[in-house]
Amino acid sequence: MDTVEQLHDRLAARFPAAHVAVVTNPGPAAEHSLLLDPAHAHDIALFLRDDPALRLDYCSNVTGIDWPDKEITDTVKTSVPDPAGGPPKTVEQKTVHVQPGCLEAVYHLYSMALKHGPVIIRLRTANRTDRVALPSLTPVWRACDFQEREVYDLYGIVFERHPDLRRLLMWDEFKDHPMRKDYVEPDDYEWEPTAHGAILEKAKAHQSAASPVAGVADPGPTIKAPGSPSPATARPEARP
Amino acid sequence: MSDPQVSGLSPQVSVPGPTAFGQPGGPSVRQVRDPFHGDLLEVSMGPQHPSTHGVFRMVVTLDGELIVKLKPVFGYLHRNHEKIAENTTYLGSMPYTDRLDYLCSMSTNWAYALAVEKLAGQAVPDRAQYLRIIMAEMTRLVNHSCLVGFLFNDLGTSFTPLLYAFREREKFLDLFEALSGSRMMCNYQRFGGCRVDPSPAWLATARALVEGYPRFLDEYERMLTGNEIMLARTQGIGRLDGVHAVNAGLTGPVLRASGVGYDVRKVDGYGFYPRFDFRVPLGAHGDTYDRYMMRILEMRESVKILQQAFRDLPAGPIMDPKAKIRGFRPKPGEAYGRIESPKGELGFYLISDGSPNPYRYRVRPPSLINLTLLEEMCLGHTIADAVVILGSIDIVLGEVDR
Repeated sequence: MDTVEQLHDRLAARFPAAHVAVVTNPGPAAEHSLLLDPAHAHDIALFLRDDPALRLDYCSNVTGIDWPDKEITDTVKTSVPDPAGGPPKTVEQKTVHVQPGCLEAVYHLYSMALKHGPVIIRLRTANRTDRVALPSLTPVWRACDFQEREVYDLYGIVFERHPDLRRLLMWDEFKDHPMRKDYVEPDDYEWEPTAHGAILEKAKAHQSAASPVAGVADPGPTIKAPGSPSPATARPEARP
Repeated sequence: MSDPQVSGLSPQVSVPGPTAFGQPGGPSVRQVRDPFHGDLLEVSMGPQHPSTHGVFRMVVTLDGELIVKLKPVFGYLHRNHEKIAENTTYLGSMPYTDRLDYLCSMSTNWAYALAVEKLAGQAVPDRAQYLRIIMAEMTRLVNHSCLVGFLFNDLGTSFTPLLYAFREREKFLDLFEALSGSRMMCNYQRFGGCRVDPSPAWLATARALVEGYPRFLDEYERMLTGNEIMLARTQGIGRLDGVHAVNAGLTGPVLRASGVGYDVRKVDGYGFYPRFDFRVPLGAHGDTYDRYMMRILEMRESVKILQQAFRDLPAGPIMDPKAKIRGFRPKPGEAYGRIESPKGELGFYLISDGSPNPYRYRVRPPSLINLTLLEEMCLGHTIADAVVILGSIDIVLGEVDR
């Protein structure tokens, strides 16, 4: 099988309009990947699946990754000659710029027919907030069906042309995307405006109207300390 | 059994895209309320249903007794395993991987250890490699025998075959408990080796158990394989052809029952599997009966692997001396490690940013992806068949919902 560089050259020759880049993996696994241009991803995926030398007929794994905005500090060192005539001084100049974040989908492809792989392809969204659409590869590999739904659910990547894009693991009414790095979970998942809550509110309003003490909405049950009856409720009792 | 190298695919076959209902090319379903033909019935099976193997739910639309539409619903056991693992150290997730596929914790541990070792470039000593194979194949015996028992439960035998399987399983679980301290949540593998070295007495017991296992299989098969009800209920039910199975990413015995010879043990040759002599059984029809036979034949192959492993088990250390337990921080990079778990291809995709926690931790769950074609397998069959088809796919909800 071709190396990633050879595959990159083949794709560049076949799809001259597409931007294909090699993403190197610095780790010991050294499985490099191809970053595809979302506009041509579907055509390239079809080519990867049907090309007789590749025949990547099996999409094993679809992963969503969140890359939040990153602040990068660049330090530029310049040597300034000392006007007093001493040795030149080194002055550090720091500039901070924000590297915009994105959401990424990673596909691990293998060939069951030719028994080789993996070829790893990556797709990146334009940003993390409003331009989060990527082309779905489910029409190419049905194996992406549930996995793309899961990525949509947990990361919020919208896969266009997916036949059935719904949440997979979270419930349909859920609002956020919990696998994002900046996700903050709600204080109480279980809270919901039930009839019980509404009735409680009504009772509070009723009690505040009827309460002899102004401003006390819900005095609640009075806790009596043993041996010390509260003055409001203390009454002389007839004892035998 | 045919040669594992022979693939069921021919290069001319073009794979159609997914055919969802309501889309051009897909099967059409008439309206649920149709006064002319009679109403369709929508049945919600699960999540609390004994035949769904946990909290799986499927919304089935029935025309009379035949299934015309089936939508699986997931998430009742979702606890965001991946997020929890991203917030803990690499080793801290090891016991948590036990809970993914809680019937096969040994092989799930191995898949995670394999991915981390690939990420960190960690070597594993020979004895540990053999021990891993022993544990993984024992797990396969346990899983497949129980699966067959559960499948027969779904067929209505009401526990008799399952109790035969549980009788054998207890012996293996006793061994796992003696070794790792826990019957099911073994937490046995470490990055660069295994946690405990088995004693000679343990090995002798395990070896005797494995030697006696074919007798149990013969007994099991005599009772089940030729059973008339079994044949009538499973042959030709839930057919799946190899091309669609490959395209839908099905793996494991479900894929091989459709005649596609793809076994990660053979293809990747991870661990020391290339040193072992075993064959990969293939089915011819892709129906429920073939999926049942795959399990039986794979158990026989696993026994062969175990016999070779006990014979060749070398002496030596079980942990690589360079392996780091504390302060383990792999260099930045990523790795995808996968094994042939009893359910299919179990993979872990890890991205390290050099910190003690993984930046991204992804589980490729075979149970979930094997359900992709459940609807296609069940269409046109009765709901009683759908239960059997689901049973033959072999899912564990701890892994499906994560």
